[in-house]
Amino acid sequence: MSKVTGTFWLGRYDTVKTRFSLLRKIRWGRWAVISIPSFWLALFFFIPFVVVFKISLAESAIAIPPYTDMFSWNVDDAIIDIKLKLGNYLYLFEDTFYLDAYLSSVKIAAVSTFFTLIIGFPMAYFIASKSGSTRTLLLTLVILPFWTSFLLRVYAWMGFLKKNGIVNEFLQAIGIIDQPLQMLQTDFAVYIGIVYTYLPFMILPLYTTLEKLDGSLIEAAKDLGAGPVKAFFLVTLPLSMPGILAGCLLVFIPAVGEFVIPALLGASDTLMIGRVLWDEFFLNRDWPMASAVATMMLVILVVPIMFLRNGKKEGEA
Amino acid sequence: MTQETTMPLWKQDGAKPFIQIKNVTKKFGEFTAVDNVTLDIYENELFCLLGGSGSGKSTLLRILAGFEELTTGQVLIDGVDMANIEPWNRPINMMFQSYALFPHMSVAKNIAFGLKRDKVPKKEIDQRVAEMLTMMQIEQFADRKPDQLSGGQRQRVALARALIKRPKLLLLDEPLGALDKKLREETQFELVNIQDKLGVTFVVVTHDQEEAMTLASRIGVMGNGVITQVDEPRDVYEYPSSRFVAEFIGSINLFEGRVYEDEVEHVKIKSKEAGCNFYVNHGISCAPNQKVTVAIRPEKMKVSRKKPDQEFNCLHGQIIDIAYMGNLSIFRIKLESGAIVRVTLPNLVRENRNPLTWDDFVYLAWDYDSSVVLTS
Repeated sequence: MSKVTGTFWLGRYDTVKTRFSLLRKIRWGRWAVISIPSFWLALFFFIPFVVVFKISLAESAIAIPPYTDMFSWNVDDAIIDIKLKLGNYLYLFEDTFYLDAYLSSVKIAAVSTFFTLIIGFPMAYFIASKSGSTRTLLLTLVILPFWTSFLLRVYAWMGFLKKNGIVNEFLQAIGIIDQPLQMLQTDFAVYIGIVYTYLPFMILPLYTTLEKLDGSLIEAAKDLGAGPVKAFFLVTLPLSMPGILAGCLLVFIPAVGEFVIPALLGASDTLMIGRVLWDEFFLNRDWPMASAVATMMLVILVVPIMFLRNGKKEGEA
Repeated sequence: MTQETTMPLWKQDGAKPFIQIKNVTKKFGEFTAVDNVTLDIYENELFCLLGGSGSGKSTLLRILAGFEELTTGQVLIDGVDMANIEPWNRPINMMFQSYALFPHMSVAKNIAFGLKRDKVPKKEIDQRVAEMLTMMQIEQFADRKPDQLSGGQRQRVALARALIKRPKLLLLDEPLGALDKKLREETQFELVNIQDKLGVTFVVVTHDQEEAMTLASRIGVMGNGVITQVDEPRDVYEYPSSRFVAEFIGSINLFEGRVYEDEVEHVKIKSKEAGCNFYVNHGISCAPNQKVTVAIRPEKMKVSRKKPDQEFNCLHGQIIDIAYMGNLSIFRIKLESGAIVRVTLPNLVRENRNPLTWDDFVYLAWDYDSSVVLTS
C-alpha cells in the first residue's frame, strides 16, 4: 500500500515539475510573440501619434520645421520652458468651418457605410450560399479590384461620370435625358466612389460570419412558423451582427478621413476633413493646426469604436 | 378496454393513415436519395426510420418537414396534400439533429419562438413556456443561453421548443445521437413517456438499432433510398424479410443452402457451408432446389461438447475466439467449411467450473422455430 502511495507522489511530483518548466517556456515564447506586434505598433503608430500630438500643441512659425519647440532651455537661469499652445484646439471650435468639415465627413462616411452594407450584405449572402469553386471564383472577383491601383480606379470613375462620359452618353443615346447630367464634382460622385472602393471591406467580414452561420438555424425558424423574411430578421441578421459591425468599422473609419475620392470626384465645396487636413498642411503650411485637426479626428473615431466594443462585450455576456 | 381498441391502428382494416407517403422519389442531380417510397404512418405512432448513413432516411424526414421538394410522388398529412404547403405553414415541428437552438436567445425565448410567430397572446405564451419548462425539468435554465447548457439540457430545450406548438406530428432527427450512452438510455424512456402523454405522432430518424428497438411502435428499415421492411420491432428482429434487414438489425449468422423439401409448414435445406441440413418450421414459396439463406441469431443456439441427438440444425466446430462482456459471452466458432459462427451465451453463474475455452470442439444446435429462411 505504502509503495503504491510512494510512486503516486513521485509521479505527481514529476508532472508538476515538467509542467512548471513547460509553463515557463510557454510564457517566454508568448512574450516573444506578443512583443513583435507590440513593438511594431509602438514604433509606427504610437510614437508618430505622440509626435503629431506634440506638434498640435506648438505654434506655427516660419522655420524648418515650421513650428516652435515645445521645450526651450534657458541657459542663464537653468530653466526649462515648456510652451503648450491650446489655441489650435480652441480655434477648431471657434471657427465653424472645422466643425462643419467634421460633421460633413461623418455624414458622408455614415451614408456611404450604410449603402455599402445594403449592397454588400446580399452579395456576401449570395457568395456564402454558394459552394466550392463558385464561391472561390466570386471571392476572387470581390478582391480582384485590389490588383489595380486605387487611384486608377477612381480616375476610371471620372471617365464614367464626366459630362461627356459613358453614363451621360448612354442616357442621352437611349433618350432619357437631353442635356448631360452634372454628376462629377458632386456629393453623389463622392458617395459612388467611396461605396465602390470600400465595398470589399464590407463584403469580406460579412461573408466570414454568414459562411459560419448554421443553415439548420434558419430551417428551425421556418419550421417553427417564421416565413423567410421573419427568419432573416430574427435569426440571420442578429447572428451576422459581428460581421456587420466589423464591416461598418472597416468602411466608416477610413471613409471619414478619405482625401483622394472627394478631391478627385467631389465638388470644390465638398467638405471633408481629409481635405481640410491637406489644405492646412500643404497650402497654409500650418503644421500645428493640421496636427490638431488630425488629433481631433482620431478622438472622434475612437469614441464610437469604444462604444461598439463595449456593446460587443455585452452581447457576448 | 376491449381487445379491439388496444389493437394498433396499422393492424386494423380500413384504418385511416395519418401520414401517407405515396411513391415518393427525391433526386439530387443524378443521385437518388429516396427511391419510390410508399409508406403509411398512423396517428399516435412512434415510427422509427432506421438506416445507415446515406440510406435516405434523413431526406425522407426533411421531405415531411417541407425542406426538400419532391421529384415525384405525393405526401398527405391528415388527408391534406403537402405539395404547396411551405414548412412554416405545416402542422409539423422538427427536432434537429444538432438541436439548432438559436444561440442569441435565452432558453425561454427559444421555446417561445414558435408561439410568438403564431401571435399567441403574451400571457398565454408565458404560461405555456412555464409549463413546458416544468415538464422538461429545465426551469432553472430559463434565462441561460444555449451555449451555457450541457448536451442533455440542450436536447430538452430542443424538444420543448418543438413540442410547444402542440404539433400533430413531431419529426426527430437522431434525437439521442449527441448524448452519452447512459443519458441516452434514460432519455429513450422519457421520450416514449412524453409521446404517450401528449399523444403526438413521432417520426424518428436514427441509425442506432437499439434506439429504434426501444422507442418504436414500428420500424421502417431503409437502405439505398428504399424502405425494405416495415414491422414492429420484434418482427423486424425475429422475421427479417431480407438479408439486408437481417444483417442490419443485431448480429446474425447466415448460411447459404438449397431447398430440397418444401412443404406448407416446413422447409428442409441442405447447406454445404454449414455441413448439415436445416429444418425450419415455416413454409416459403419457392422454386424447387432454390438457393436460399438460413439465418440464425447468435443467442438462439445451444452449445455443448457432446453431440446432441438431433438430425437437423446441428453444427460442429472449434472455438477460435471468446469475448467476455459481463452479462454474456461471445464465442466465435470455426466450422469445418471455414465459415465462422457467432454464438452468445448468458453468463448464468459467476464461475463456471468447466468453462468452454479456446480450441474446444463444440456442437451448436437449435430448434426448428429458431431460424428463418430468407429468399432475398
